Amino acid sequence: MDVLLPIARQQKAQAMTERLEGTFRLNLQPHHAIWMLLIFVFTVGAAQAQAPRELISPIDALVKWMPFILWGQEGTLNGFALNLMISFFAMLFGTIAGVTLGLMQISLLLPVRKGSWFVTQFFRNSPWLVLLFTIMLLFPFEIELGNMIIPVPDWMKAVIGFALPVMANISEVVRGAVRSLPTGQWESAESLAFSRRQTLWMIILPQCFKRMIPPWINWYCILAMATPLASIMGVEESVSYTAQAMNAEGDRPELLPVFYLFLLLIFFVYTYPIARWSIRLEKKFVVKT
Amino acid sequence: MASPGKKANGWTPKQPMVSIKDLHKSFGDLEVLKGVSLEVMKGECICIIGPSGSGKSTLIRCVNALNDIQKGSIKVEGLEVNDPNLDKLELRKKVGMVFQQYNLFPHKTAIENIMMAPITVLKQDKDEVAKHAKSLVRKVRLEGKEDSYPGELSGGQQQRVAIARALAMNPDVMLFDEVTAALDPETVKEVLVTIQELAEEGMTCILVTHEMGFAKEVADHIYFTDRGVIVEHGPPKTFFKKAKDPRTKEFLSQIL
Amino acid sequence: MELFGDFFKQLYDTSGWNFVIFYDQVEWDRFIAAIWTTIKLIIACLIFSVVVGFAGAWAQGAKSRIIRYGMAGYIQFFRNTPPFVQILFFYFVLGNLTPSYDAGGYQEAYIGSFGWAVISLGFFAGAFNTEIFRSGIEAVPESTVEAASSLGYTRLQSYIYVVFPLAFRVCLPALNNNLVNLLKTTTLAYGIAVPEMMYTANQIWSDNVNVPEMMIVLFLFYVGLVAILVWVMHRWEKSMKIPGYG
Repeated sequence: MDVLLPIARQQKAQAMTERLEGTFRLNLQPHHAIWMLLIFVFTVGAAQAQAPRELISPIDALVKWMPFILWGQEGTLNGFALNLMISFFAMLFGTIAGVTLGLMQISLLLPVRKGSWFVTQFFRNSPWLVLLFTIMLLFPFEIELGNMIIPVPDWMKAVIGFALPVMANISEVVRGAVRSLPTGQWESAESLAFSRRQTLWMIILPQCFKRMIPPWINWYCILAMATPLASIMGVEESVSYTAQAMNAEGDRPELLPVFYLFLLLIFFVYTYPIARWSIRLEKKFVVKT
Repeated sequence: MASPGKKANGWTPKQPMVSIKDLHKSFGDLEVLKGVSLEVMKGECICIIGPSGSGKSTLIRCVNALNDIQKGSIKVEGLEVNDPNLDKLELRKKVGMVFQQYNLFPHKTAIENIMMAPITVLKQDKDEVAKHAKSLVRKVRLEGKEDSYPGELSGGQQQRVAIARALAMNPDVMLFDEVTAALDPETVKEVLVTIQELAEEGMTCILVTHEMGFAKEVADHIYFTDRGVIVEHGPPKTFFKKAKDPRTKEFLSQIL
Repeated sequence: MELFGDFFKQLYDTSGWNFVIFYDQVEWDRFIAAIWTTIKLIIACLIFSVVVGFAGAWAQGAKSRIIRYGMAGYIQFFRNTPPFVQILFFYFVLGNLTPSYDAGGYQEAYIGSFGWAVISLGFFAGAFNTEIFRSGIEAVPESTVEAASSLGYTRLQSYIYVVFPLAFRVCLPALNNNLVNLLKTTTLAYGIAVPEMMYTANQIWSDNVNVPEMMIVLFLFYVGLVAILVWVMHRWEKSMKIPGYG
């Protein structure tokens, strides 16, 4: 039986984990960072060499527009800062809704279980862009609460649009984590006269918590990398601002690679330490359990 | 079993079928075999025993050219294995091998495992291979398991499929590399019986084994290796009773 | 068909739900064209990404260090940056550098937005396929290859008959995950105006002001496609399962 290696089994297990979690794991290593930097430096160098001398050079242009791409005009939080804002709030709402939905998926009540399963599957299998469009176009631009009118800016709508797929995937992570515990845990708790609610909160969830952290962080990175989609809806985040900056410089062809690579690079620089941290945590948990 | 067509290189059945002379083999700086010589006549069954790490497995893997050698000579029916221009297919038609971990192809059924090599490598006729394979299945007593996949068979059954798979190539020599070491005690016997029958039919066999009782029963000659050399050898009767070397004595006292 | 159209026209007149694509010939044609474009896009991306994956897996095993390091760089670049920005990068940056021809008065690029979408998404998914195929081959134990060579197989034969069939079975679950993901990712082609379903739906609702209706159609379309792909892949996985190995 052991001919087809443990590796094959491991691979299948990993594929099944990724299938459950709904995304690949960002398995970043230090040399990947070096690669990204090399690609960037090389391209910038090439663009710099090709640029006509009488115009502002690509590096100078990038330096000039960097603050604009990173946070927009002085005193505003647009550009890349807005990407981060969207990712924070989408993760927050997505997690709260997702954990709730996930717990509903293990409910003893059949309609709750089936209903929440359906919602989870629906949002998990819809393309992000479709969800984003739906919220952008169908969500009201202001909400009336009593006599108060709360405006909902575009970026806030984007938050909701991104929170939905995150919710569905976190829901599945929760369900998977609970299901991965041996049934003996439920049985022994039951034999000690714990109620179902007590079992869940005092015995099951604390054990699942650690298992859920690495996929949760991973989902955050995936989400952060999806936020550029909001530029399609005219949200003033980094991709929109990069396009604007290049436009202001007359859309010169040698600027394009430099600016786009810079954009790719800031997302990488942001997710890299987070993904590394997640890998460290995962290793730590594996050793302990 | 030897067919007349295979007597190449001026070899006659009166000469040793396998002859190893002053074989040296090292992995990097580690010298595993330090000058081993032995001869196996046609129809003989020899067992190689010894503590683990003494180079037994390496020795028989060299016979099949799975490991290359640094110095010395191995001749199988006159075919020099240590020849850089060796036709490996020619060698492997003569030599069948069975591994400790069976190494069956898990995506093929038992009968497909047996039939694959004769069809794809030897380009033999499918129907004839099928007929031969059926008789081999009967020989290793696996009727009814032809269409099972390796993963659905017990270790002993898998190992018998592996023996049949090697026999399907019509080899003149069979190498057995600790074939029972990975098996459950209950299934060891069924594999040993199969090997014993083969030996009694006159198949030339080289076994690396830890089964002393079995070695005593089937072997015509026993070789004891330790730290890369053959320490002592002889027919089972004299070997087990009158071992002279202290290393042999110690090994036998631990294992018997 | 007539009845079908009449029903939706009726629905619009009575309830105001405007599924214009089902009774207006022009919109219907647009819709069908979008379905074809989407399916062509998906299939082209799937095939290209698998080809890239094979080539990449082969290159990762290359003797040359430069090629190996280059592959590692490629994989990590595509895995760890936003795919949407990748598409923009390909279309605007590389599209700018590739030649165009004179198409009767105006310059037409040899590679259009559809082509760049396939290339960019294919490289994106191909980065994952490369790792998947590579680890599949690594999962086949050396001892199995040895068994094949002891039966007289040449190196090439043992790869064709033993290593690849086994590696493929090991890869399949991960490959399927990736392909389902790729299907959903093809909507990003919207960003460079490929007339696929997302883009066309946007045009239709702009012309007819029927956003909720088209949203429903979009959801049904994509969730349906994903469901079909998942089902097909599942069947395939089951039939390719190696019996007795979980």
